Amino acid sequence: MGLTNQSSGINVLRERFNVKSNLEQPVIALAGNPNTGKSTVFNALTGLNQHTGNWPGKTVLQAQGTFSYKGVEYRLVDLPGTYSLLANSAEEEVARDFIYFGNPDVTVVVGDATCLERNLNLVYQIMEITPKWIFCLNLMDEAKRKKVYINIEKLSEKLGIPVIPTVARKEEGLTDLKEAIAGMVRGELTTRPRLVRYDREIEEALDYLVPRLSSVIGERYNLRWLALKLLDGDQQIINHLQAQFSN
Amino acid sequence: MAMNIKDIYKGLDIPADIFRDKVVKSIYAHAEETAKDVIIRENKRVDWDKKLDDFLTSPLTGFPVMLLLLGIIFWLTIAGANVPSGILSDLFFGIEDKLSALVLNAGLPAWFHGLFIQGAYRTLAWVVSVMLPPMAIFFPLFTLLEDLGYLPRVAFNLDRVFKACGTHGKQVLTMCMGFGCNAAGVISCRIIDSPREKLIAVLTNNFVPCNGRFPTLIAIAMIFMGGALVLEKSTMLATIAVIGMILIGITATLLVSLFLSKTLLRGIPSTFTLEIPPFRKPQVGKVIVRSIFDRTIFVLFRAMTVAAPAGIIIWLAANVYVGNTSILAAAAAFLDPFARAIGLDGFILMAFILGLPANEIVLPILIMAYLSTGAMVELDSIEEMGNLFLNHGWTWLTALCTMLFSLLHYPCGTTLLTIAKETKSIKWTLTAFLLPTTVAVLVCFCVAQTVRILGLV
Repeated sequence: MGLTNQSSGINVLRERFNVKSNLEQPVIALAGNPNTGKSTVFNALTGLNQHTGNWPGKTVLQAQGTFSYKGVEYRLVDLPGTYSLLANSAEEEVARDFIYFGNPDVTVVVGDATCLERNLNLVYQIMEITPKWIFCLNLMDEAKRKKVYINIEKLSEKLGIPVIPTVARKEEGLTDLKEAIAGMVRGELTTRPRLVRYDREIEEALDYLVPRLSSVIGERYNLRWLALKLLDGDQQIINHLQAQFSN
Repeated sequence: MAMNIKDIYKGLDIPADIFRDKVVKSIYAHAEETAKDVIIRENKRVDWDKKLDDFLTSPLTGFPVMLLLLGIIFWLTIAGANVPSGILSDLFFGIEDKLSALVLNAGLPAWFHGLFIQGAYRTLAWVVSVMLPPMAIFFPLFTLLEDLGYLPRVAFNLDRVFKACGTHGKQVLTMCMGFGCNAAGVISCRIIDSPREKLIAVLTNNFVPCNGRFPTLIAIAMIFMGGALVLEKSTMLATIAVIGMILIGITATLLVSLFLSKTLLRGIPSTFTLEIPPFRKPQVGKVIVRSIFDRTIFVLFRAMTVAAPAGIIIWLAANVYVGNTSILAAAAAFLDPFARAIGLDGFILMAFILGLPANEIVLPILIMAYLSTGAMVELDSIEEMGNLFLNHGWTWLTALCTMLFSLLHYPCGTTLLTIAKETKSIKWTLTAFLLPTTVAVLVCFCVAQTVRILGLV
């Protein structure tokens, strides 16, 4: 929708990276590939006018807003769009760190129904970090126009995660999405994520690492993901742990 | 807990690059398999999107289509803005007459009339009637293109050219952002991962005329290049002049980028993938409403909040005398020799200097300054604005140099603050100020001197 008050002029200097939330206010993160309509979903849910535009990489600022559903107020954080969470760039790092260390109550991954396969690459990476997430399959109208049909139930079953089809710009499916978010926050809607199984060599290394990590840092974090990052030689994560848990 | 994290995984001998390769492969294989299982595709007959894309991004037709689209937008803006501009200024100056009569009949002192009617009110009226119509047409049109998904295609077209200048193709996207607001453009440079190329994009973003400068460029182009002063009203000429300015801006961006990547910021361009998004049907109604509220009114409001006090200050400066000359005249006279050398005059240069907080107010300040020097004309149309400028010795060269200076000079205060914040370096912020200013002075000087030596004015 073009530049808005919030995204131009003096306002660009006012960045809000810290999530200010009441303790009771559940924090919902919006993640996804670039240009899948995350900002449109964000605007539709919060009623704000974040800059939306049809090009990848537009959301460079982290936007936040709130929405109410059935008497509960939720805080929504719009993360930068990324193709992966392997932290090749600053944006990927922001998104990844928020989902892992920020520990949002629910992560909503917005996907583009017209190119599901590419979006699933990110989905499988997020699944590795947190089990508390919902797949919002957006742009269903465009998929239909392109004559691409997706078996939502089967997809949900294969992922072990609720999948909500939406057309955010026409506000279709948003009530279902809110219902799913509310259900997950209340703990009524649970997931059984079906994680990627890697090579035997890697899985064995993970089996070896996870218990040892657990003895050092306890069960507070998702240890399988942490182990994957250690194997990856992710210097940032290593330094982070080193600082927090060594000596 | 005297345990070293590194000790935990010391014994594992999977090299990191091979490990990542394997992980990524597994993820991709999973994604492919899942997608295959749940998607049902129908055979399509013709892929129109692809055909359109081939046309819009082909080396042969890509550039002409780009220029044509830009041309249509500016032609519509310029052709459409004339009439409402005239109506608005008629309206506002009709009100001014009534207000003047009211104030003077009420027995209020002359300085009050001068300060608030001739100062604040008149400047405001000018800002609204000159700037509102072009913005109200231009912003919705440009936003429609953005919503449609055309901008990444522009980036794709220009990528090769930018590569050749040692910079990143994504710089084009940051430039598109700059069309709206340079501060936002600078922020959007974060999409460029390589620090070297990001810095180049930050330093050159200013060469794209923003919200605040478009109305200035369009108004001057309408008066001098096309509209009012030529017997045959030529919207086409004005359109060409504005497009010319944008092309000059892009050329300046490329040349300065090339210069930077050969000198201060040496390096080779990094590779990247640019996703070309699908075309999407723009939400026309929403686009119009939002771009009027969010951009047009926003820019206008910013201009008005700065223009009203500026009007008062200028009126004061023009009416407070030190010896025989007003402060305003003295300041302009001081700047005049240098300003003349680069094709401007003292008042224009002063307007640019006072316009540092926001580019929107350069033109209003200039009008204010001219009006206060005694050359009172009845300003009731955009033609009269041209006459005002003519009375102060403007030629087409003055108009050209003013447009060039506006296009190339230092970024506004907000943008500079943003650059300081993004680069976290005073050195680069200063560079962002000095580099474009040097370019602007050099270009204007060369143009002015060449034209004068050739005797074209």
